[in-house]
Amino acid sequence: MPAAELKDATKSYGSVQALRGVSLTIELGEVVAMLGPNGAGKTTSISLLLGLRKPTTGSARLFGLDPTDLNARSRVGVMLQESGIPQMLKVREIVDLFRSYYPKPMPRDRAIAMAGLEEKASALVKELSGGQRQRLYFALAVCGDPQVLFLDEPTVGMDVEGRRAFIERIAEFAQLGRTVVLTTHYLEEADQLAERVVVIDHGVIIADASPDQIKGQVAGKRIRFTAPGVTEAKLEGLPVTSTSVNGNTVQLLTNNPVAVLKALFERGVAISDIEITGADLEDAFISLTSRHQA
Amino acid sequence: MSQVARAPIWPMLVRQTSAEFLKLWRVPAFSVTSLLLPVVFYGFIGVGQANQTLGPPTNVKFGAYFLASMAVYAVANVMIFSFGISVATERGMKMDVLMRATPLPPVVYLLSRCITALGFAALTLAVLFPFAYVAGNVRLDASQWFTLGYRVLLGSIPFIALGFAIGYLSGPNSAIAVINLVYLPTAFASGLFFPKQLLPEIIQHASPYLPLYRFGQLGWDAIGAPTTESVTTDWIYLAAYGVVFFAIAAWAYRREESRKFS
Repeated sequence: MPAAELKDATKSYGSVQALRGVSLTIELGEVVAMLGPNGAGKTTSISLLLGLRKPTTGSARLFGLDPTDLNARSRVGVMLQESGIPQMLKVREIVDLFRSYYPKPMPRDRAIAMAGLEEKASALVKELSGGQRQRLYFALAVCGDPQVLFLDEPTVGMDVEGRRAFIERIAEFAQLGRTVVLTTHYLEEADQLAERVVVIDHGVIIADASPDQIKGQVAGKRIRFTAPGVTEAKLEGLPVTSTSVNGNTVQLLTNNPVAVLKALFERGVAISDIEITGADLEDAFISLTSRHQA
Repeated sequence: MSQVARAPIWPMLVRQTSAEFLKLWRVPAFSVTSLLLPVVFYGFIGVGQANQTLGPPTNVKFGAYFLASMAVYAVANVMIFSFGISVATERGMKMDVLMRATPLPPVVYLLSRCITALGFAALTLAVLFPFAYVAGNVRLDASQWFTLGYRVLLGSIPFIALGFAIGYLSGPNSAIAVINLVYLPTAFASGLFFPKQLLPEIIQHASPYLPLYRFGQLGWDAIGAPTTESVTTDWIYLAAYGVVFFAIAAWAYRREESRKFS
């Protein structure tokens, strides 16, 4: 039996169609990243799987049960975006509280240690920093020792270092053989954690594959430079997945920036202000969604 | 697949209740106010004339009469504030969303809050009663103390529902304003601060229909002060209000459900 399943699920909020027919089966033990820009339908998908929302059509199942069934929820840990917790409880009090909701919770200190909050165990929730609070949410999600962990944008608002450390914590939990479903904006997070990446855009799944397969479809680097008087013709035939020229500014997406730059120099294109960055999801979507629509 | 184990209910209820209690206890704006305000009122209004009798036909002293008034005030205050404000605040902070995703049964959550509110209400009485005994020289029979205590706690249950309804109908910022606008004037109109006879005539006509007035009657009767109608009538009124308040609260809760969780 799959751990979680959406079948032809659609979801409308008034006139807005957040999901337009999503089918997704997550087996026990899988680590799945749902990738997509804001408003793509990631959070809605998670909400359906958790029974926080009901699908307009189609169905959502957790362990073959209705997601609102407490038997299903007893096997699931959750970290949601923008959900509040009582400010006036201490970290260990609220961890103990959440542990009491689950049939076989992990020891309190272990949950706190998994979140790296040992030194804050006696602090009130309101005294925590943003990042610490995020880690507390993680502790609350894992303290019930759930079989499936749902994490909705767990690293949102964290700095790079915080994100890296956090991803390691999630990986540590996944290594216990648990199922992890997380949503993220960040390709590299999906890459580090997941065996399977589900790309969602405009309420439909546009890719469902391993990170390597996805990356193969997505340009890894973005090259941006200034080249006065450049023409599209001069840029033709470069090993890029996307080209855009805006006045003097050129933006290229490629998996092989060295070859691109080499080719540009050989062609004698006068370029300045070169900037090479990792392609973000927006870039990824340019290539993924354009292919999808083609 | 075998039936999945669920967490046992009792430990959950104990944890949830102690968490709810700590949440309230650690907010001085709530805990200090609800514990001390009735005592302060009693000190200002009750103590000075505590030994005067209410006058014929009764020889009940004002100290005892005002103790009953403040007991009713204090307990209803806890119910309305602890539910009204905390429900509104928690909705504002989206705490309900995370709770909804946990295996915590909603009925355990609700029960824990009711127990906490009743516990807090009992605590206010535990402060008020000795204060009235010492400062107001109030002497009652053991049975009168007991009757006052249990009536006031039992009669507060409709106000739990009222607080709950307010918490679901008003926003996190407006809850306090709504409650103060509703509660304080009603307390005055019900004769909790001044005997009803001193109120404007039009309010005197209205007050028998106020839930707090009926609640007050139960308290005044408990300490032997004369009341206008039988205790049974007061209970019936309160029960009817309870049903109405619960219906409103349930409606407001469902409305929220259908907005947020459908």
